[in-house]
Amino acid sequence: MVRSLDRSQGRSGGIAAGTSDNPTFTGNRALQIEEPLIFEMGQPGRCGVDLPEPPKVKDRLNGLKRAGQIGLPGLSEPQVVQHYTRLSQKNYAIDMGVYPLGSCTMKHNPRINEKVARLPGIGDLHPLQAVSTVQGALELIDRLAHWLKTLTGMPAVAMSPAAGAHGEMCGMMAIAAALEARGERAKRKVVLAPESAHGTNPATAAALGFVVKPIPANERGRVDLTALKAALGPDVAAIMLTNPNTCGLFENEIVEISKAVHDAGAFFYCDGANFNAIVGRVRPGDLGVDCMHINLHKTFSTPHGGGGPGAGPVVLSAALAPYAPYPWIVKDGERWRVAEDGAAVDGKPLGRLKAFHGQMGMFTRALSYIMSHGADGLKQAAEDAVLSANYLMASLQDIMTPAFEGPCMHEALFDDSFLKDTGVSTLDFAKAMIDEGYHPMTMYFPLVVHGAMLIEPTESQAKEDLDVFIAALRSLAERAKSGTAEEDFKAAPRFAPRRRLDETLAARKPVLRWRPSNNPPEGDPMKQAAE
Amino acid sequence: MRYLPLTPTDRRDMLGVIGAKSVDELFKDVPASARLPGKVPGLPDHLGELEVERAFQNYAAKNVSPSTAPFFVGAGAYRHHVPSTVDYMIQRGEFLTSYTPYQPEITQGTLQYLFEFQTQVSLLTGMEVANASMYDGSTAASEAVLMANRVTRRTKALISGGLHPHYRNIIETTAHWQGYSAVAGAADPEGLEDLSAKVDKETSCVVVQNPSFFGHVCDFTKLAAACHAAGALLIVVVTEVVSLGLIKPPGEMGADIVVCEGQSIGNGLGFGGPYVGLFATRDKYVRQMPGRLVGETVDADGKRGFVLTLSTREQHIRREKATSNICTNAGLCALAFTVHLTLLGEVGFRRLAELNHAKASELADRVAALPGVKLLNDSFFNEFTVSLPKPAAPVVEALAERRILAGVPVSRLIPNDPSVDNLLLLAATETATESGMGPLIAGLKEVL
Amino acid sequence: MADTKYTQEHEWIRVEGDVGTIGITQYAQEQLGDVVFVDVPQSGRKVTKGEACAVVESVKAASDIYAPATGEVVEANAGLADSPGDVNAEPMGKGWFFKIKLLDKGELSGLMDEAAYNAFVKTLG
Repeated sequence: MVRSLDRSQGRSGGIAAGTSDNPTFTGNRALQIEEPLIFEMGQPGRCGVDLPEPPKVKDRLNGLKRAGQIGLPGLSEPQVVQHYTRLSQKNYAIDMGVYPLGSCTMKHNPRINEKVARLPGIGDLHPLQAVSTVQGALELIDRLAHWLKTLTGMPAVAMSPAAGAHGEMCGMMAIAAALEARGERAKRKVVLAPESAHGTNPATAAALGFVVKPIPANERGRVDLTALKAALGPDVAAIMLTNPNTCGLFENEIVEISKAVHDAGAFFYCDGANFNAIVGRVRPGDLGVDCMHINLHKTFSTPHGGGGPGAGPVVLSAALAPYAPYPWIVKDGERWRVAEDGAAVDGKPLGRLKAFHGQMGMFTRALSYIMSHGADGLKQAAEDAVLSANYLMASLQDIMTPAFEGPCMHEALFDDSFLKDTGVSTLDFAKAMIDEGYHPMTMYFPLVVHGAMLIEPTESQAKEDLDVFIAALRSLAERAKSGTAEEDFKAAPRFAPRRRLDETLAARKPVLRWRPSNNPPEGDPMKQAAE
Repeated sequence: MRYLPLTPTDRRDMLGVIGAKSVDELFKDVPASARLPGKVPGLPDHLGELEVERAFQNYAAKNVSPSTAPFFVGAGAYRHHVPSTVDYMIQRGEFLTSYTPYQPEITQGTLQYLFEFQTQVSLLTGMEVANASMYDGSTAASEAVLMANRVTRRTKALISGGLHPHYRNIIETTAHWQGYSAVAGAADPEGLEDLSAKVDKETSCVVVQNPSFFGHVCDFTKLAAACHAAGALLIVVVTEVVSLGLIKPPGEMGADIVVCEGQSIGNGLGFGGPYVGLFATRDKYVRQMPGRLVGETVDADGKRGFVLTLSTREQHIRREKATSNICTNAGLCALAFTVHLTLLGEVGFRRLAELNHAKASELADRVAALPGVKLLNDSFFNEFTVSLPKPAAPVVEALAERRILAGVPVSRLIPNDPSVDNLLLLAATETATESGMGPLIAGLKEVL
Repeated sequence: MADTKYTQEHEWIRVEGDVGTIGITQYAQEQLGDVVFVDVPQSGRKVTKGEACAVVESVKAASDIYAPATGEVVEANAGLADSPGDVNAEPMGKGWFFKIKLLDKGELSGLMDEAAYNAFVKTLG
């Protein structure tokens, strides 16, 4: 029986029937299956869970019992499993191969992390059950905190931020709190950040009422120290730097930078997104930072899961430690306790940034990764990451155009000069990579380089796989430069589950949810279920 | 080392291509004062899987798992049964190890489930549009206040005394450092608060919770009207999303923004995180909404597909002028939510809600029958407040020593307020049984 | 006869009597790409010269529009809500953003005329 599904949503074209050459009846292409929405699949009365009949009780809902249908579709368990399995097959993922997104650190996600995170007694604890019943959980968090502090050479860490950007907010709030304690919050309104900074940096600073001023870079792609010193003054609250920076380069004058910043009475916020280049080899505390957020989902392998969740604990200097937000996990002799809002602690917490204690699921996974690697493995991972990026750079620099003179750290930055006059843009080049079986690198970031291509292989790739990747990029670059391939590139990708999508249409006429068609399913799903 | 594929031969060959003698040359920009002679000192070396597992089993052994004890803890996170399918689906590598769908052609899986998720959230909350999730309910509530400030161009938020204290504290923290004002009402355990009279032309928003932190089920229709008359927005927070299976949704009461903690569906307790924030609003405010949004479109062959859209609101483009500094959403947790909700469907979700209410009703009657104990709620969903004849914190501690996880003393979240010292929050979900309730009642009898 | 002046931020203002019509230039719409949304100030709003008073969004960028002169908004282009693409198709014509009643026409003397603006655009490469 043919499934008659109206997927047209009013658009002309109706049911997709495959491309014009070799169409199939279903529109499917072997393992690539056209998947409807759950709302187009469900049947009233169906349910994928068996729940007992609720006993009849008198409602105590203040007369506010929900009337009418919610509109959720009904699917059985097999249908649900098939739907999400088929959807999963449309995704590229780290588990498939090189995922060279610069500044995202797409390293292998070890499966033991998933196992320990699900252990009964860890994965199923309630954050507010009596503290005497969660001593092991508190010890776990403290152990991770100890690793993070020792690896960074910093005396304190705020564990609760839920993601990198949240950690930036925490760190900058701590700086604001320190300034307020000094009576300088109103005086120091300026935050300095390079134009190459990730967008979250100025967004965070502006939200806190700071005025963001750009620091220029020198021809070597690093912060221009002279210009920075000129910009420092009694009105500057902080600088926000990434190190290695977003061009993949280590700020060689960083010690002078932090000294100049401190001499001017300001603070040094470090964006730790690129920590993977130096973890286990260099301690940011030795470089003079006052606070640094760590992306556990980057450096410490917690899974990216389609865009989240993350975790962004922030290591803090002695000057900022007193302002760490609640909760503080404190050891009294042999017992752990959680100091929550209003509790007396040895400091003046800036407040609270998140309910409960933090992203425990990510703490568990990160600690498992850290323990698996150890001090020796982490150092090796950073070195292999830097080695792999330089290997890519050295293998591609004759045919693609590096933005800066090497060596680089854990990521290699190219600009689009090598595509000049070919009619092929960075975007076209990236889409052609998809047909070759790779997720494209980061494109058009950082903004300071034209048509930027930022490639971060991480330490997780075998040399043989890097060599195939390099060869594929060389082949694409050669084809682009031949001057005869513009049309081919513009038509890419051809073989992905979808070709290029119309983002203009999506933004001009936003359709952000499914809506019931003009003919809603007949019958009351509750009655049908009971039959 | 099992996670590092490069061999010493590989490294030598690669250095040869690079033209460096050792990897140390690649780190030449590190200042001499920061160069370490070797590894970071003071930390152990690598471990095999067996040793890592043992270490975590040791941590686990020092905790009391809710599955091994009578359990009635709520206060913003709830113990529900998650069907086995959910955990298997989210552990598929194509979901677990995929990333933000910046290249939509090869991430239609993620984009489609997020589109379905956005639709489900809109339906549950009775609102017109929802985003692709926030970190959690508490940070979503704070972002909702910031959004209301942008929409109304005002800076004063009114916070209900029925809002979860953590959520209130986060809003107050953000208000202090980001330069606006948040006026919080006194704790409202009796459910008597009426904020309508406090809304004026300077109010940007009123933030309430349903059911409230103390469990009361409220009708905010009148409050919504008062807000709109004054040009303010009504933000309704829902910390127990299962309640939407039985209670009139905020969208039908006139809410402008609805924020939920989605943890109850698909995501276990996890000692507090990661969770998933749901955020929904009216179409007219969509461009002021923070977070990621997935929209429908077509590809070059005319086939329906999905993309991230309206991203010009976000930090990577607007930078200082962004609607928020947010970058990630709660991806995998949103997937867990949507898979679980899809399994439940209309029938299952409503039945789950009814089961919760029935269990809580039974528990409320039994606890209220104890001498000296007073039930403060006329209405509740699956959690309510009782007043004990003595301070609740030591009672909970005493019962914990008997391996009974007897709810949350309100004083833990509202410290330094003697008027709440005797109050105890108790939750009963579909997972509560006689073998849990019996010992709880007996234990309370003994300790009170 | 209508007199059109240009700013360095690629806005144009065409004055007829006391009223100036404001939009963005051909160069600006090319740089932006497909325009998806324009946020224009409503009638009655007072704007100061140099004040950011509108936002034009394309798929990949969002740019502030700065008032080329001081005045009170008398009309916003309602058509842009349904057809933001008008900004790309006719940036100098039907893709106009809003009209203001000018407070002081003297403010316009500092702006570029068409020849000067075209020369300026050439320097941008």
